[in-house]
Parts: sequence; C-alpha cells; structure tokens
Amino acid sequence: MLRYLGKRFLLILPTIFVPLILVFLLLRLSPGDPAGMMLGDQATAEQIAALRTQLGLDQPIWVQFLLWLKGIVTLDLGNSIFFREPVMQIIPRYAGVTILLTVVALALAVLIGVSMGLLSAMNRNKPIDRGVVTTAVLGISLPEFWFALLLIFLFAVTLRWFPVAGYNPPSAGLIAFGATIFLPALALGVRQSALMTRMMRSSMLDVLNEPYITTARAQGLPESTVIGRYAMRIAAMPVITVAGLSAGYMLGGAVTIEIIFALPGLGRMLVEAVGRRDYPLVEGGVLTISLVLAVLNLAIDLVYAILDPRIRYQ
Amino acid sequence: MTAHVAPLAVDLVSPQPERRTVLAVENLGLSLRNADGLLPIVTDVSFSIREGEAVALVGESGCGKSITASAIMGIAPDNAVITGTITLNGKVISGLSPRDRRRLCGRHMGFIFQEPMTALHPTLSIGRQMTDTLKHNLGLSQAEATNRAAELLDRVGIPRARDILKGYVHELSGGMRQRVMIALAISCGPSLIIADEPTTALDVTIQAQVLDLLDDMRRELNLAMLFITHDLEVVGDFCERAVVMYAGDVVERGLSDDVVRAPAHPYARGLIDAVPAHDDGRTRLTPILGTVPPVGQWPEGCRFAPRCARADAQCQTRPALEQHGRTDVRCWHPLEENA
Repeated sequence: MLRYLGKRFLLILPTIFVPLILVFLLLRLSPGDPAGMMLGDQATAEQIAALRTQLGLDQPIWVQFLLWLKGIVTLDLGNSIFFREPVMQIIPRYAGVTILLTVVALALAVLIGVSMGLLSAMNRNKPIDRGVVTTAVLGISLPEFWFALLLIFLFAVTLRWFPVAGYNPPSAGLIAFGATIFLPALALGVRQSALMTRMMRSSMLDVLNEPYITTARAQGLPESTVIGRYAMRIAAMPVITVAGLSAGYMLGGAVTIEIIFALPGLGRMLVEAVGRRDYPLVEGGVLTISLVLAVLNLAIDLVYAILDPRIRYQ
Repeated sequence: MTAHVAPLAVDLVSPQPERRTVLAVENLGLSLRNADGLLPIVTDVSFSIREGEAVALVGESGCGKSITASAIMGIAPDNAVITGTITLNGKVISGLSPRDRRRLCGRHMGFIFQEPMTALHPTLSIGRQMTDTLKHNLGLSQAEATNRAAELLDRVGIPRARDILKGYVHELSGGMRQRVMIALAISCGPSLIIADEPTTALDVTIQAQVLDLLDDMRRELNLAMLFITHDLEVVGDFCERAVVMYAGDVVERGLSDDVVRAPAHPYARGLIDAVPAHDDGRTRLTPILGTVPPVGQWPEGCRFAPRCARADAQCQTRPALEQHGRTDVRCWHPLEENA
C-alpha cells in the first residue's frame, strides 16, 4: 500500500511541471512586452530597457527558465509585476475561494449525480428513469454560464433567496458563506452532476448483472445491503474516475463562474494577470492549480486503493 | 475420475427410514415477459428431493436448468412469470412475497455457482462476505461470526483459515475458491443446496476433490442437493436420482442408475452416446444432430422430434410425462430397456 502511494506520489511531479513549462514558454514566446505595458505609452526606450533588466527579461530564455526553477524550489515565485508584492502572498488570497468553490461544486455534483443515478438504475425503464435520463442529457448540453445566469435570474432576482453576486469568506459565518457559494457551486457542478448521473446509472446496471450480486442475494442479504455495500463498492469506481476529471474541469471552468458571480478567485485573477502580461503571477496561479489537481488525483488514487484491494497488489 | 466417489447404490439397498421431502417442485413453468408478450422458458417441470439425497438436473446448455434453479431460489429475473408450486420443508413458498423469499435464502437454501471467481465479490474480503451473511441470517456478533467463518473454512478443508478470511478471491486457486463458495452456501445451516455446475470451471483433478467435498457435506449435514450438470458420469456416481431436461421440459426422470444405464428417452440416450466411455469398444462417438431449438422457436409437438431418428407423425402432438419401465418418460416411442 505504501509502495503504491509512493509510486503515485512520484507521478505527481510531471503532472505539475509539464503545464508549468508550457506556460513558461507560452508567455515568453507570445508577443507583447510586459515592461512596455507597465510603463505606458509615454515611456522612453531607456526606461523600458531598465525595467527589463530589473525583471530579468533581457536574459536568454534558458537563464530565465533556470532562475524560475530556482524560484520554485526555494518557494520564491518573485514579485507580481502589477501588484508589486510577492506572488506567494497574493495567491493564497485568491486560491482559497477557488478551492472552496470547486469542493462545494464537486460535493453537490457527487450528491446529485449518485442519488439520481441510483434512483434511475433502481427504476430502470420506468417513467422516473426516463425522466432522470432526459434531464441528464439536457444538463450535459447546457453551458455553465447559461445555467449560472438562469440561476441568478430565478433564485437571486425573482425569488431573492440568494445574493446576485459577491463573496463572504467562511470566517463571516457558515450561512453567509453558504449563501454566496451555493449558486456558483451549483452552476459549476450541474453539468458534472449530469455526467455522474449517467455514469452511476450505467455502472450500477452493469454491476447488478454480475454473478457476485446474485450470490449476495442468494445468501439472503437484504436488498439495501446488496445495493449499498456489494454493488456500490464496484459501481462507485467509474463515478470516482469521473469525479476526478470533473474536479479538474471545474478548477478551469471556475473562471467563467467567478467572473459572473464576482467571486475573487484564482480563475478571475489569472485572466486579469494574463491580460497584464504579469508573468510571475500567471506562473504562480498555474502552479497552484496544477498542485491542487495533483493532490486531488492522489486522493482519488488513495480512494481506489481503499475500495479495490487488487490495485494495491499490482 | 470416478473411483473416489463412494457408490450411492449402498444407500439404496440398505433399508432406510422414511426420508422427509425437502423440496417438491410441481408443474413449474417460467415465462419471461417482453414487448411481444410472454416467452416460455420452462414448461411443466416436476421433481422432488428428500433429505440427504442428491438429485441431478441434466441437459444441454439452454434447456432451462439454471433458470429452474433461480425460480426455486426466488432470484429469477424481474420480468419472469412463474407458475406451478414450489414446496420447501412442507411449506408452499411459490406464493410468498419477494421479501419473504429472500429470507429463505441462506437460512434454508444455499446456492453454489459455476464460476466462483465471479460469484464471490472481488473487492470484499472472504471474511467480510461470510460474516455479512452469518450476522444477517443468524444474528451473530462480529466476533462470533468470524469464529464461525473460520470453523466453516476449516471444515471445507481450507488450511490457515484465519489468514484466508482476510484475503480476497483473486488470491485463491480455483479449487479454494469453490471451497469458499461451498462454505458460504452451508454457513447458515440450510436444508437444501442448489449447485449449478459446481465443477465445470475447475481443473479435472480439482473437480474430483470438490465433488468429494460436496458428497461429504451432503452426508454429514443430511442435505438435500439439487445438482445441475451436463456431466453424466457425475450423475451416475454422485446422484441418487436424475431429471433430464430438454427445451424447457422434463423428458425423463428416475433413479440415476436407470437413467444413465438404460434411458428410455431418445434424447437421454443421445446424451449418453455422446460421452466417451472407458469400457466399451466404441471408437467413434455418436453426436446428437442439430442443436436445441432457441427459446420461442420450439416445435408444436414433441420438442425433440426434429432431432430424433424415431420421430413420426404422432410426434406432432405433445407427449405427456408417463411411466415407462423404470423411469418416467415424455416420449411417444420410448426405447425398450436394454438392461
């Protein structure tokens, strides 16, 4: 088990570094000079050159890369060009919102997806099953931003149950936090919940045909145990896979939702940082998202290993 | 492979006290409801099993053996429509609700499946599967259930039972898996065991051991045993009586010695002629021509008639299961006993 986790842990490193190298190259190779942008139209060539030297942008690209690598290892990601303060201080302010948003969205998606999928599988080919499947197809077809606007219109503007936009941190109280996070999380999670509904339904129907389910029934175990323990343990695996993919997708998709709901999250920060050619901040943001994603994947591998002993022995 | 199994003939010769009937199946029919209506799978199956008795249910693949077993267990598909009467230990169970039927499973009936690799849960430990059953059916505590599970594994000849309880099905050999399956089936003290081709998926050498074990369990626990198989050697050596099925019908029924040695139904004869024998001089096997007609395409009269050399115009009407010589036969032109 420890060896398995160790191996998984080593696999995290490329997961983090490949996107980082891509971002490093993409920013350096794209047109647009951050020094020029920061100093504005009135700047002289000398002023721009001086700033370029100060930021290290006049070094050859491989020197920049090595300096940047050194920065990561020493946890010094440099100063934001725009904010003029250390990236390591800026990121946590934004990352918390995005991580909370993703976690709540994932929890909602899993909750809705698993229960709807089970309901559907247990009532196969009955009207309730058809209703759930149709709703799921509809859910998958709707883009998040459209669903977000629909939710705002219905629950915030018409019913006035939730605020239209804005953010209260959890420190402001659970209810205040919940009120601002629920609609964004639902908007972000709804497509994923539709995917999980379909996955849960089909994997449960597959598993129910397995001989070991017949054995469990033939042993006289009640249906609640047969479904909840014997079938669910296997049927949950593909849903967990989807949940992992969904989490990655939602971390990225959070950008749109954060902008619509005016949440001060990492996604919105990244979009703005890219527009300002704020290299250190963009790299810091991508590093954070990769790290969160990698930790999440490790957690999912851990869940697999707990659920399926065969994985541990491979 | 038969030398190891004690001949059952001894049981038959010695005078026996009246043996209680454990399972009685009368006129069992099973149809599946689909979009086009009802599709008959099994029609008119009747037999009974007494305590301590093994009865074989014989036939080719697709003749309705396994679904008959699932109807007895109460685990037939949801769209199955079942007719006839099933009596277990003197109580009619065929009319009971699915919930009440489920309560009989484990406690009164145990099931042994063909392929233990897939019939045991892949990601729950052997111990967990056994204790779940013991705790639910017998109301044991976790500690009691674990002890009982270890005793059961010991009893079916599994060494290091405590370690095996912590293990998983993929860590065991085929023979060990089937032993675990047997331990699970007998764990809650059932009076009836239904074994659906319990040795088909095993190596030949292991088959003999598993058959021996089943036979021991039957004697020790005085179990009634329904043995679903297409292996006629097993039928002759291991089972007291035999029921031969063809296309959803019982075509011959009697003592297995009679059915195997001197069958009266041409289909039963065909099955025996298709098996290689050790002792006679035959060098070529005689196959039964053709295949079992698929469900829904059974002929009107005798369902075996299209494949039968003895068929004539009379076979266009359906024969009844009637006594002929020493066995009950569903045939207009039964073979004369050649004993």
